[in-house]
Amino acid sequence: MSPRYLLRRVAQVVPAVGGIVLLAFIVIHTAPGDPVLALAGEHGDAAYYAFMRQKFGLDRSLPEQLLAYASRLLHGDLGVSYVHGRPVVDVVSERLPATLLLTTTALALSSAGGLALGVLAARRADRTADFVVRTGALLGYATPSFWLAQIAAITLALGTGLFPVQGFTDARRQLAGGRYVLDVLHHLVLPALVLAAGELALTTRLTRAGVLEGLATDYARTARAKGLPDRAVVRHALRNAMLPLVTVIGGRVGMIVTGAVLVETVFAWPGLGQLMLSSIQTRDVPVLLGMFLLVSVAVIIVNLLTDLAYAWLDPRVRYE
Amino acid sequence: MPGSTRAFATSEAFERAAASRLGRRPRRLLAAFTTVGGAAGLLLTLAFFTIAGLADVIAPIDPFASVGRPLSPPSRLHVLGTDDLGRDLLAGVVHGTRTSLLVALSATLLASTIGVVVGSLAGYRPGTVDDLLMRATELVLVIPRFFLAVVVIALFGAGSDRMILVLGLTSWPVIARVVRAQTLSLAGRDFVDAARALGAPEARVLIRHVLPNAVPAAFVVISLNAASVILLEAGLGFLGLGDPRMMSWGYLANNAQRFLRVAWWMALFPGSAIALAVLGLNLLGDAVNDFLDPQARRTPEA
Repeated sequence: MSPRYLLRRVAQVVPAVGGIVLLAFIVIHTAPGDPVLALAGEHGDAAYYAFMRQKFGLDRSLPEQLLAYASRLLHGDLGVSYVHGRPVVDVVSERLPATLLLTTTALALSSAGGLALGVLAARRADRTADFVVRTGALLGYATPSFWLAQIAAITLALGTGLFPVQGFTDARRQLAGGRYVLDVLHHLVLPALVLAAGELALTTRLTRAGVLEGLATDYARTARAKGLPDRAVVRHALRNAMLPLVTVIGGRVGMIVTGAVLVETVFAWPGLGQLMLSSIQTRDVPVLLGMFLLVSVAVIIVNLLTDLAYAWLDPRVRYE
Repeated sequence: MPGSTRAFATSEAFERAAASRLGRRPRRLLAAFTTVGGAAGLLLTLAFFTIAGLADVIAPIDPFASVGRPLSPPSRLHVLGTDDLGRDLLAGVVHGTRTSLLVALSATLLASTIGVVVGSLAGYRPGTVDDLLMRATELVLVIPRFFLAVVVIALFGAGSDRMILVLGLTSWPVIARVVRAQTLSLAGRDFVDAARALGAPEARVLIRHVLPNAVPAAFVVISLNAASVILLEAGLGFLGLGDPRMMSWGYLANNAQRFLRVAWWMALFPGSAIALAVLGLNLLGDAVNDFLDPQARRTPEA
């Protein structure tokens, strides 16, 4: 990876973040009512509104306001949740670990499972196993995450009683150490499996297509001709298929967090989803706006990292 | 001027010939729907359009009216059961189809219009215009659509119109990219050069010769986009952000959440409708995509 590519790719983060900030600003200022309501919530008193007006420069011209808003955001000031009475950054970051645990577990499951199933389908192309895997992937891709979550809650949790229906831990028992970890994992199983299902479908499809493409190349034919076993040839093909896979998974951060938010709502998993639901019900706009900004920045950064990883792994990638 | 008239006549004749050659495309495209997946996708999509169109005939009951005993399981009287207020679930699912398709189609129409205009301009005007439009596309591509929609609905209030606007205005980048790639590859082809050499105005070349050939590839991403809008709309409805004046699948799923323990049918049916509608659109896109695949194209033409 050339330093030139690195610099230019990193520099692209600036307009991307700027665009998101501008978008948030436009949304706040085109919303009906006083923009201070979006920044301070609906139930403040006159003095608080005056303070927020001054803080965000709402008495000045629009360009000045934009600068003040952007500068606040760059200093990590996302405003104050009027429901919680604390900075939005604190409120959101408290919920982040649970969502991160859920999304990373789901991604690990879907990546491992998707690679295995994709290779299986590619090696048995147009046979029964391939047909079953492809149909399953299509269904998984079409199923809304919250619905799969509800069905899993009805059948696997309520039906068999093997899994807890809701929550992060068992509230009736005070557990510590290893037992606490096991309890959390027990609660994690269903939400993680449900969230993984949608991603599994996509990973499987991409892996299958990539391996099939790789197996049709000249290097795969050469490898076969010199007598390499089938497994080794597939491994060669898979390695090349994994590059685009990394990019696609990286580009899906927004969708994965969206899925997590919905799945969390069904299982009462105490992450961003629960926070979003309660903030919608109390119209806590500063928190919702903060979540939008944070997820946007996360998407931008993950895209940057996957692009850099791609360029590092594949020396053919150059900027233009 | 006779010269120009003649050139014009020739150009017209050429364009007619080119158009008739292209005219075979749609007919060949029908072959895409003769596979199991393609046929299923087409049937599912048509079925949902029919249900949406004939909602009042299929389920002549007001989906918001209490018409039966609350929480009664599927029976002959209420085929899909009733909810906690005794509302007929079949009427809910059928009328919800109308809302989902309305939002998905309107948002996709908006996204496709922007995507086709941006993509074809960028592909047809390499250089500054292309650079600017592609940078803008990248900026919009990173916007998390769901989270933006939540903020907008929280600030502007719930309503299908703003849902359509937000999802439509943020869903065009993928379409623009595909149309741009198609335009770029088509712009250098002989038949486009020929049309230009014969004096057809640039706009005409773009609209009559380039865009029609870009349509099938664009159709793939457009149908996938419609599917993703259905999922997003349902997700927003599930969080209680749907239009309160319209019955929707998301609203039904939201309502089902409180009764998972006692009324499985409330969760099962609306979600199945969402999954089937999305599956249909995905299969439709896949069928056209398989058809356009270079490997499929390599088969000799009859």
